[in-house]
Amino acid sequence: MRRTVSRRTILKTALTAGAASLAMRAPAISQGAGGRVVVVGGGFGGASCARALKQANPALSVTLVEAESTYTACPFSNAVVSGLRNLRAQQFDYSAVQAGGVSVVMSAATAVDASGKSVALANGARLPYDRLVLSPGIDMRWDSLQGYSEAVADIMPHAWKAGPQTMLLRRQLEAMPDGGLVLISAPANPFRCPPGPYERASLIAYYLKSNKPNSKILILDGKDNFSKQSLFEAAWKELYPGMIEWVPLSKGGKVTAIDTSSQTLITDFARHKGAVTNIIPAQKAGRIADIAGVGDRTGWCPIDPVTFESKLVPNIHVIGDASIAGAMPKSAFSANAQAKVCAAAIVALLAGEKPAAPLLINTCYSMVAPDYAISVAGVYQPANGLLTEFRGSGGVSRANAPRSERSLEAAYAEGWFRTITNEVFGS
Amino acid sequence: MTAALSRTARHLISIPVVSVMLIGSALAATPAPAGATSCSGCHPPNARVGTPVPQLVGQPASQIVAAMTAFRAGARPATVMDRIAKGFSEAETQAIADWYAAQK
Ligand SMILES: Cc1cc2nc3c(=O)[nH]c(=O)nc-3n(C[C@H](O)[C@H](O)[C@H](O)COP(=O)(O)OP(=O)(O)OC[C@H]3O[C@@H](n4cnc5c(N)ncnc54)[C@H](O)[C@@H]3O)c2cc1C
Repeated sequence: MRRTVSRRTILKTALTAGAASLAMRAPAISQGAGGRVVVVGGGFGGASCARALKQANPALSVTLVEAESTYTACPFSNAVVSGLRNLRAQQFDYSAVQAGGVSVVMSAATAVDASGKSVALANGARLPYDRLVLSPGIDMRWDSLQGYSEAVADIMPHAWKAGPQTMLLRRQLEAMPDGGLVLISAPANPFRCPPGPYERASLIAYYLKSNKPNSKILILDGKDNFSKQSLFEAAWKELYPGMIEWVPLSKGGKVTAIDTSSQTLITDFARHKGAVTNIIPAQKAGRIADIAGVGDRTGWCPIDPVTFESKLVPNIHVIGDASIAGAMPKSAFSANAQAKVCAAAIVALLAGEKPAAPLLINTCYSMVAPDYAISVAGVYQPANGLLTEFRGSGGVSRANAPRSERSLEAAYAEGWFRTITNEVFGS
Repeated sequence: MTAALSRTARHLISIPVVSVMLIGSALAATPAPAGATSCSGCHPPNARVGTPVPQLVGQPASQIVAAMTAFRAGARPATVMDRIAKGFSEAETQAIADWYAAQK
């Protein structure tokens, strides 16, 4: 079905693009009237989008608004937690983004005037836009568990935004005596990086196996199945026998409350006390999404799957974790792929053209040990107002593959991190 | 049918590429065909990025198409590309290959 449509789309795109680049874009560029785009959030989504916009049309004025001068990437931060990697290897600045012609403003966006089309910043500036892109990532739902709050995360870290939280969890693991219990509370879907909690459990087990071999990990889960589950479970059996126990929702895995004074997690069935407790709470789109009015009752942002324009507020596009991208998981790979599609759509819209129907890819690696990785991949297309996975493609790594294949995937995983961070932040 | 379509696609896609090269680099980059921009999440733009994943930029289009065809058919050993190749038709693959072949 899709194939007929998309073939036709490609032909049409090629024709209109060919004509447009000669007839319409050239004069607009020579007059310097490219349009103004403001991008809020300089992570995998926002920084990619700002760069892609500027590359696609150098005449555009592109401003990237980011609250922090240093970006700390989450992918591979589970290797930092388990002492395999330095936090510095996760950190990037915006000098190359700026050098490429994007104007980078270090400040938090605090308000959006959607009818007047401008963004207000904490530093007092007001940035007018023709198109606004929001890629603010996630905020924690501090109210999702009884007894939970931002202050509790200083004792029971989430480490779901990389940085000081990552190092806190690492230090707690290092300080834990042998024989200690590590508790991980994983949320229900949807949330940032669906295989992330299980990658984390794997790499913590790797650390414990050689440093604190009598310790155990208990995952309390708010759902009954998880990403790459059978591959993770097979790897746990092979590499870390008896070390990781997973309690699904239906067996009482859902944590409903926290007793902070005794470091105890409470489910409907039991109380669990850990030596180290990692609470990965439920999440929602970064706060600016709500402020701009692009978040719905789920806490995430409905978008058009061709342009990533909000279904609630015109001229505002939402990409990355904050968006409701249908079947696409909330990953850095997805955010980067969406960013480039969104940038192309904005360039077309500003030139008065119709954006072409896109195809998007996601590929997410999970490290189970330093030389052992598994992956999930998918190809996505717009259908019925959502991004849907193209059936017959995608899926997870082969079950029962030889170790050489797992170690090849580990090498590809590290290559992926270098390649994508080069595209997003590199010179 | 398929072959005819992909030949047509290849022909049409080459028009904007050539036009841009003639007019000069100040012009906006050629819009990428569907799916093409996702590839650079893993495939590096040059040899300076340390990764075992091969570069697509500047590769002959025929080589990219041949690899994708083999991945799709399961005729070439793969970790992830077999799963991804199945999401692209021959015409889509050809358009992407032509676009990467034209980059430098
Ligand atoms: C442990 C862990 C492991 C992961 N591993 C992988 C992996 O292997 N592969 C993968 O693909 N993905 C992985 N991810 C997921 C990935 O990190 C996210 O999906 C990705 O960062 C989403 O990009 P984004 O642009 O939506 O948000 P972010 O990357 O979080 O960027 C948001 C940016 O916006 C800024 N910001 C927010 N609000 C404002 C405001 N009002 N004003 C100014 N700036 C603002 C923030 O400071 C931040 O820099 C992992 C995540 C975790 C937690």
